Amino acid sequence: MSLLIAQFLTGLANAAALFLVASGLSLIFGVTRIVNFAHGSFYMLGAFIGYSLMQVLPGFFGFWSSVLLAGIAVGLIGVIVEMFVLRPIYKAPELFQLVATFGVILVIQDLTLMTWGAVDVLGPRVPGLKGVVRILGEPVPQYDLALIAITPFVLFALWYLITKTRVGILVRAATQDREMVGALGVNQAWLFTGVFFLGAALAGLGGAIQLPKGGADLLMDFNILAAIFVVVVIGGMGSLPGAYLAAVLISVLNVFGVSYIPQSTLVLMFVVMAVVLMVKPFGLLGREEVAGEHGQVGEPERPFKPAGKKGRIIVAALLLLLALLPVFGSSFAMVLVTDIIIFCLFAASLHFILGLGGLVSFGHAAYFGGGAYVAALLVSSAGTPMELAFLLAPLGACLAAVIIGWLCIRLTGVYFAMLTMAFAQLLWSLVYQWDEFTGGDDGLVDIWPSPWLAETEAYYYLTLIVGVGGIILLRHTAHTPFGYALRASRDSSRQAEATGIHTKRVQWAAFAFAGSMAGLAGALFVFSKGSIFPTELEIARSFDALIVVFLGGVKTLSGAVVGGATLELVKDYLTRFEYWRLILGVLIIVIVILAPDGIVGSLRKLGERTGLLREAEVSK
Amino acid sequence: MKLLKLSIPAAAMAVMGVLAGSAMAADTIKIGEINHYKRMAAFANPYKQGIELGLEEINAAGGVLGKPLEFIFRDDQGKPGEAVKIAEELMTREGAVMLTGTILSHVGLAISSYAGKKKHLYLASEPLADALVWEKGNKYTFRLRTSTFMQASMLAEAAAKSPAKKYATIAPNYAYGKDAVAAFKKALLKLRPDVEFVTEQWPALFKIDAGAEVQAIERAKPDAIYNVTFGGDLAKFVREGTTRGLFEGRKVYGLLTGEPEYLDPLKDEAPEGWIVTGYPWYDFKSGPNKIFVDAYMAKFNERPGIGSLVGYMTAQSVAAGISAAGSTETEALVKAFEGLKISTPVGEIMFRKQDHQSTMGAFVGTTALRDGKGVIVNWVYKKGEDYLPSDEEVKMLRSAAK
Repeated sequence: MSLLIAQFLTGLANAAALFLVASGLSLIFGVTRIVNFAHGSFYMLGAFIGYSLMQVLPGFFGFWSSVLLAGIAVGLIGVIVEMFVLRPIYKAPELFQLVATFGVILVIQDLTLMTWGAVDVLGPRVPGLKGVVRILGEPVPQYDLALIAITPFVLFALWYLITKTRVGILVRAATQDREMVGALGVNQAWLFTGVFFLGAALAGLGGAIQLPKGGADLLMDFNILAAIFVVVVIGGMGSLPGAYLAAVLISVLNVFGVSYIPQSTLVLMFVVMAVVLMVKPFGLLGREEVAGEHGQVGEPERPFKPAGKKGRIIVAALLLLLALLPVFGSSFAMVLVTDIIIFCLFAASLHFILGLGGLVSFGHAAYFGGGAYVAALLVSSAGTPMELAFLLAPLGACLAAVIIGWLCIRLTGVYFAMLTMAFAQLLWSLVYQWDEFTGGDDGLVDIWPSPWLAETEAYYYLTLIVGVGGIILLRHTAHTPFGYALRASRDSSRQAEATGIHTKRVQWAAFAFAGSMAGLAGALFVFSKGSIFPTELEIARSFDALIVVFLGGVKTLSGAVVGGATLELVKDYLTRFEYWRLILGVLIIVIVILAPDGIVGSLRKLGERTGLLREAEVSK
Repeated sequence: MKLLKLSIPAAAMAVMGVLAGSAMAADTIKIGEINHYKRMAAFANPYKQGIELGLEEINAAGGVLGKPLEFIFRDDQGKPGEAVKIAEELMTREGAVMLTGTILSHVGLAISSYAGKKKHLYLASEPLADALVWEKGNKYTFRLRTSTFMQASMLAEAAAKSPAKKYATIAPNYAYGKDAVAAFKKALLKLRPDVEFVTEQWPALFKIDAGAEVQAIERAKPDAIYNVTFGGDLAKFVREGTTRGLFEGRKVYGLLTGEPEYLDPLKDEAPEGWIVTGYPWYDFKSGPNKIFVDAYMAKFNERPGIGSLVGYMTAQSVAAGISAAGSTETEALVKAFEGLKISTPVGEIMFRKQDHQSTMGAFVGTTALRDGKGVIVNWVYKKGEDYLPSDEEVKMLRSAAK
């Protein structure tokens, strides 16, 4: 019994930092509708800045003032990010801003490395709170008790700020209806900046306050990211008490998980999230989301149309060039282009559900990696010939997408995104942990193509035909009745239903189709690399595709392909430099600001303005 | 907006440049070195500096085969797929004669599979996975660093001498952690069949919930603990464990815990009395170890880590291998590496013919505090060849591979 209580207290103490960081994310999302990927970076900055301050400010008060100052410093960094990176792109399509925050992650990673060096630092202990208190005979660190006491206080202060003050009223009003608040004469820009300050400061506070229980390192930004998203979603986006409840729930369950099912550490929180979302689709204390329906920000988008004559000629010329690559290019050029085509197919499959279907998936790597694993497992465990495994891979991925899609499709917006991420994470941990079958972290190696495809050139042509074929098929589908139905379901599900379209079923089918095309890309990938590892199922992989879809232009048909090819080429070139992440991050931010409609979307507009392209043709 | 227009032809030119490739005149012998320079900067940088020191000495002595030796360092972002692409580029476009590098085992395995397929030589310098030379070993892959199995066996040998009967293990939840626990269990049970493992803890890598782990281990009441956590996880585990009195009256055996990369961040909170593998660079009085440490500190003005040593030995191995082969042809290199003997700071090592594992050993000692910093004392250097399985066993393990 005494141990149970001690474990419960450990869970409560762990919830402190998690709650602080998650509440910041929740606030920012609630008001600005920005999914801030850089929130983990703010947390990391808080830890490093707090650490440096604690070296200078001694003693008990030194520690606590360092924590506060770290929070304020990170808040100010948040303000800089908001004013210079995000403010120019509020008018961009929904969720576009996450690309910019992704750029911010890269920049902060390298700046942190430059400032604090590569070596992990261990946080100092708090003078006066170093010991333990015996509770029913079990040792409980004093600092844990301090954390347990502080968190509800912070929650109360935030709650008071939001519900009882004028600022809070404005923030809540902005959460409900931004336009209206603006129309009533409130300076929206500063309101957003203020919220960003508060959100970032909370993350910084979280980073600094966890120092005595750990330290600061360069991987902590990504390491906490998934956890805080989970907390925010379980609690309900925008709900502070929800975030607290969820942080406690996750932390306490985790402590017991560690004790009684030690192998569960990877998946537990995602299982909890999946269960909660299936029972309560908007989180424990969340309300139904309205964004993404009618009245989204930005100009109304123009319908997709098949490529014109000029476009077709350009594409045909480009394909001819690629087909002749083995004649004039080096063997590495073929490998590089193979990689790019595979990635473009993967990105295009995500674009199909995201751009056409309006379904934002944060877990698309599940089907890419899933397809790759299906092929690899068939070859390594069942001795299946490569050709058959190659054909079965998309089917396997399709099956996964059918199942996961069925479970996710009734959610919308960010909740849908999060649930797809949870399932992708479940698949990842399954592969990661079931090492007798999947090889776990050591992956599956020696998965090479059949002899007739073994040469770089032969495999290049296979990729070119299958990959480009897949992209064209995806594109063509957009113009079939199915594609029109999908777009109708995205734009107005009510009207679509009224015309007899079963919107959920259409979306489900689209999800499965996109999944199988991602699986096809995965099959191409595994045989080109000869090995497969759980990294291809990771969240980071899903984000790669997400980033390029937005970067290329989510509201254009060729966006994913152009974005994918551009980013892969740029990355291939930049990784030769020492601080490539900084350069890439800045580059992404610059592109995002210069081209808020994505590369393709903005180039098209530019072309129309300069007269190179004709203004959106009325009819053929 | 003009900028955008201008950048299109520029980008196109860059693309053409990449696609067309460029053949460079080879007046140096190039080695393709792939590592996670960003993702694991704290470990990769000392390693890179070790290589640079080695190169400087090799080239000052006239290089190899009359040409200067050159390493091309490339970052793979910690992604296996990326590493394979870079490997292809290094071998086919940059004119590298062989590949080296990686710390993460899975990236090492990916390059190894690629090397086996394309018949390029790959010297896996730092990845620890046993599979690399055994179950998934191939003709073209050699491994330098003391493997998980070897280091775990050294600790098991030390553990067998203590009266402790009930063991708890804690290891990160991925392949390396699982290998390390399995190897330790196997070796210890062989020496002491009466030992019992009362709990196994598997925190997620770099996401340890240290308080909970400490409570879970305490609950099992073990006599001794075997620790495989490292980096930030180790720091958190040590702090919570010390605060809650987990280590009082218990023997702790720590894999890699004594390596400066992991021990230094703990500062004056470094645990005392743990038996660990590590690298006592501060204690060498004379001999080749001392010479290496002095040269390293003179050049970089910072302490060497275990990575520095491995990097230095990588450069040495490459130079020795190419010299012995008398050519840069892969088949000749493979032949030269099999049974190749090199005198290194830690003594003479050999790349074994039967499994391509080097006989580099490890330092085993007891942690202590000195001047407010963690060190290892009473250490001995254990030779790698004494902790490798018998030839028959190796043959069996490797027969699973091709």
